Amino acid sequence: MKLKTIYTLLAISTVGLMLALGKSPNVSSYVVLNMPESKMIESEEAYGQMMDVLTHQRCMNCHPNDNIPKQGDDRHAHYFGLARGKDDTGFEATNCTTCHQSENNDYSGVPGAPHWSLAPASMGWEGLTRTEIAERLLDKSTNGNRSHEELVEHMTEDELVLWAWTPGVDANGEPRELPPVSKDKFKKAVKSWFENGAVVPTK
Amino acid sequence: MEISFTVNGTSQSVEVADENTPLLWVIRDVLDLKGTKFGCGKAACGACTLLVDGEAVRSCSYPVKFAIGKKITTIEGLGTQDNPHPVQQAWIDEVVPQCGYCQPGFMMATAALLNKVPNPTDDDIDENIINICRCGTYYRMRKAIHKAAKLRAESEMNISEKV
Repeated sequence: MKLKTIYTLLAISTVGLMLALGKSPNVSSYVVLNMPESKMIESEEAYGQMMDVLTHQRCMNCHPNDNIPKQGDDRHAHYFGLARGKDDTGFEATNCTTCHQSENNDYSGVPGAPHWSLAPASMGWEGLTRTEIAERLLDKSTNGNRSHEELVEHMTEDELVLWAWTPGVDANGEPRELPPVSKDKFKKAVKSWFENGAVVPTK
Repeated sequence: MEISFTVNGTSQSVEVADENTPLLWVIRDVLDLKGTKFGCGKAACGACTLLVDGEAVRSCSYPVKFAIGKKITTIEGLGTQDNPHPVQQAWIDEVVPQCGYCQPGFMMATAALLNKVPNPTDDDIDENIINICRCGTYYRMRKAIHKAAKLRAESEMNISEKV
């Protein structure tokens, strides 16, 4: 009697296992349930627009990975051997504010904005992929311990960040190139990307 | 627009039509202090360097409106003929200038450096004294900067001994 019960249970289990295997889902059949497809597309578009700006020379020139600020649309090394220094603003007696003031100078062509300085070394983006930039942006150990809310505020309200859309004229009086996305679109993109969870598309 | 500030210890008020007029031109053309020189007009060469509240500033690219209420020091106010600033004395001792045009800017930048770094190394000099001299007096300037640091230290020691 006992043996018959065991055979029966074994048979039922085997059939069940075979049925289960036959309908086993594969990786491609998974669907992300917590973000509708429309939202995912919206997030990816926002990410793309945001990255178009962050990788533009108006932003990237002050996010070096070699402690040397860059200049111009050709991203050449800052003239005169200037470098990061101890506090991201150059050296003791010759620093950013020796030449750069809190606003652009159209007479000399020297750009300026409040707290003109390099981004911290931990926020060096030069030479990184978009994914790597996003990782540094989101990682509190590299982004200045900023939360998502604080990042949104920094990226959409900081006067030095927004200088990118009012970069003034160069030493020849020629207007500097603007980022490829308008300021309003950039702000919307940043807010949208973070509201949708700050998902990095390639991850 | 009236702009008030202190230049070499003296209160000054000037009337300017454009508040963005470079401080350099107010110093030279309005206040007639010709020691500060115009070089490139792009904050690149440093010939126009002077001190604003003790900080070295390229005055060709410094709107006069930012100088309101501040203390400005030009080469004329650094020291006197009878009592030269250590930087001026060192420049004389080392016979630094050739044509001399860029030297006031270098001397003001050096004065700012010594206020921050009293005993600068060669690296400190390389990092902070980045003006341009077409005569190539850099070697003599380096010697003079080290000498100025020494004179300054001796001068401070004498003052503290008297006190």
